[in-house]
Amino acid sequence: MTALNLRPEPVENNMAPEEVKLLGRRVEIEELSAWYGEKLAIEKVTMSVDPNRVTAIIGPSGCGKSTLIRCINRMHEVIPGARARGRILLDGEDILAASVDPVLIRRRIGMVFQKPNPFPTMSIFDNVAAGLKLNGLADRRTLPSIVEKSLKQAALWEEVKDKLGQPGTALSGGQQQRLCIARALAVEPDVLLMDEPASALDPIATLKIEELIQELKQSYTIVIVTHNMQQAARVSDYTAFMLAAEDRVGRLVEYGDTNHIFTNPKDKRTEDYITGRFG
Amino acid sequence: MATNLHLRRKLTNGVMLGLAMLSTLVALGFLFNVLGYVLIQGGSALNPEFFTHLPKPVGETGGGMGNAIVGTLILLGLASAMGVPVGVGAGIYLAEFGSGRLGTAVRFITDVLTGIPSITIGIFAYTIVVLPMRGFSTLAGAIALAIIMIPTVTRATEEMLKLVPGSLREASLALGIPMWKTVLRVVVPAAMGGIITGVMLAVARAGGETAPLLFTAFGNRFWSFGLDRPIAALPLQVYTYAVSPYDDWRAQAWAGAFVLVAMVLVISLLARLFTRGAPMR
Amino acid sequence: MVNTQGQTGRVGATAARGRPANLGDRVFKSVVTALACGILLLVGLIVFKMIDSSMQSIQKFGFDFLTGTTWDPVFQKFGALPFIYGTLVSSLLALAIGGPISIGAAIYLSELAPNWLRGPVSFMVELLAAIPSVVYGLWGIFVMAPWLRSSLEPMLGNSLGFLPLFKGPVYGVGLLAGGLILAIMIIPTITAVSRDVMRAVPNTQREAMLALGATRWETIRLAVLPYANSGIFGAFILGLGRALGETMAVTMLIGNRPEISASLFAPSYTMASVIANEFTEATYELYLSALVEIGLVLFGVTLLLNALARLLVWRVAYGPTGG
Repeated sequence: MTALNLRPEPVENNMAPEEVKLLGRRVEIEELSAWYGEKLAIEKVTMSVDPNRVTAIIGPSGCGKSTLIRCINRMHEVIPGARARGRILLDGEDILAASVDPVLIRRRIGMVFQKPNPFPTMSIFDNVAAGLKLNGLADRRTLPSIVEKSLKQAALWEEVKDKLGQPGTALSGGQQQRLCIARALAVEPDVLLMDEPASALDPIATLKIEELIQELKQSYTIVIVTHNMQQAARVSDYTAFMLAAEDRVGRLVEYGDTNHIFTNPKDKRTEDYITGRFG
Repeated sequence: MATNLHLRRKLTNGVMLGLAMLSTLVALGFLFNVLGYVLIQGGSALNPEFFTHLPKPVGETGGGMGNAIVGTLILLGLASAMGVPVGVGAGIYLAEFGSGRLGTAVRFITDVLTGIPSITIGIFAYTIVVLPMRGFSTLAGAIALAIIMIPTVTRATEEMLKLVPGSLREASLALGIPMWKTVLRVVVPAAMGGIITGVMLAVARAGGETAPLLFTAFGNRFWSFGLDRPIAALPLQVYTYAVSPYDDWRAQAWAGAFVLVAMVLVISLLARLFTRGAPMR
Repeated sequence: MVNTQGQTGRVGATAARGRPANLGDRVFKSVVTALACGILLLVGLIVFKMIDSSMQSIQKFGFDFLTGTTWDPVFQKFGALPFIYGTLVSSLLALAIGGPISIGAAIYLSELAPNWLRGPVSFMVELLAAIPSVVYGLWGIFVMAPWLRSSLEPMLGNSLGFLPLFKGPVYGVGLLAGGLILAIMIIPTITAVSRDVMRAVPNTQREAMLALGATRWETIRLAVLPYANSGIFGAFILGLGRALGETMAVTMLIGNRPEISASLFAPSYTMASVIANEFTEATYELYLSALVEIGLVLFGVTLLLNALARLLVWRVAYGPTGG
């Protein structure tokens, strides 16, 4: 087992909850291809994700953006018969290597899903603490302060601080999603992956999530998949556009600064998508 | 320190997942052990005589369970004749008219009926048939088995009828065909495969039952058949021979078990194959 | 078992709502309604007959019937406690042994087995339920009991004999044998229901746990099992109900001695067994009435358990909390 550069010690308990750490790391994706069984889903994607920036992945449905993001924390492996080839480097170390345990990767790369999925049998407090307890990152004394800090980072603390004991599902959709964000942040991941995090929410909740993402990028590296172009334009620093050709294989068409992509794209296909000619 | 914890977690993961697989193997192990013994012990004691001869008196070797096999077939036939119409009828009611309170009550009570221990059903059949007739009888046994069959048939019929698309009904009604004809001539035939499966599964279950026959059909050592007379049945005969002290009888008990298991398995497998076409569950 | 209000039946019902116009429809509806009501009447009649036939015993012994330890047909004294004890202990033993095996198999089938293996293995586990009770009894008498007598029980007696559970002479048949055979017989029930309940847990729950860096087992333990636990509990109740009502296999292995003993090696007697063995020998009315009363108690208990189980399993099918 490769001794991956693990985030070592548990958080010190004399740390003020407002302190944020510069935690973001760089991700390099090299020639990444992924299959579900025999079917090739994405082919030879190469791009990089800059630390402390928001990188959006956009494209019409079926273009492989969810597949791509799930490869980053090796969640695609969960589906039987799925595999990936290529390299994904987290600060220089290939996390796709067979010798690396996906369990460790997922602690360092967190994920928020499209539909909020708090654990219904756990309280709000326990939901946030779940990852910490699993990975042995905090003990009984330090847990409450870390939970509080995570909920504050997710802009949820004020709304739930008096009802931490209630079940995770007792909140509204938008609040549940922020709870899931807090849960992911609690383990202090290097990278936060968000797979269409606001698509199941109403516009006000969506706005809150978008504001949150802007704050979070100061401390984390964020990759967000979204089918909403305006959202990508609002929220991200870099944008990657993916497209599946007739062969239903997703490929990276163009990648660059968000402003450039949306005002002056290099590839005609990007331009067509941005201007709404399809998708 | 973090790596130690990780190793421990990996170890726990491996052990627990291994235990899960082991449990499955243990369960399957029981299955193969029981079936294996039935196959080998039963198979070796089977001969043509088994199917055609009567049981011999105590002490004499040889003989067979011919009357018990025939008896089981007669009992199942009678039970089906009584239980299937009731079950199918009730199933039709639930599927076509059963959305109200009466329907809910019938559904609930049918489930209750499934859970009643079969020996209790035997007691019931005893009180309403054996006591008034002053004797054990084929009729009593058949009634007991019919009661056991009814809930399975009812539930299968209801579910299968509900799967028939509404468009089929609409088409028939739009042609002016009255509702009762629509159900009987269009809907039920469409669901027939699944209904037959339900009936077969009910028969398989009833065929293996011993307890309700202990004091209804009671058993019979001869080829005498009559609705008001006790009748032999395969599970009863297997039971009697199994608890007896005679080696020859015990060997025949295995043979009887073989036939019983074969019958139940064949019917269940046929029933499964029947539903290959129709979506179920 | 989820009861769906299917849409397909509605067309017919709407057409026939209120008074169906023609004679054919009226007759049809009456006939099937009568048959359905027939089931209601049947169960009502069963309840009535059970109570009626045990009335004599109920009136004579009252509550002492359930607490009396003497079962003496000769002196016309009937106390059912030994049978209640034997039934309870053998059934609980069955749960204790069969339960963990079932949960393990259910976890394997629901979470671990590859897709192509899941169907065949599930089918084989369910085959255990198709084997008739008397065949289990036969196997028990000639395969399991001798093994218990020569191997397992002496081993338990030697190593754990200081416990009252494992004291006394070893016969092969007895409480342990009865409990073991029941355990095997309830495995398919508990496994199938637990497996279905676990598969109903939404995949998003598993994904959430895995994304936090959990191992497969941790995902099962923290995301799947808690979500499914009322359904699993329901599965256990169903299994218990089946064990309580089982007759033939237990009768052939329990030893048939109406005594209460702390040891699992000792012969015992269950409610279903005493009915099976003595019903045809009940030569006078009180005897018969007492046996029917035992049947009534059995009936009542299994009724309650099955209702409880249905409630629990039904609840999981519709989500544990808000959800």
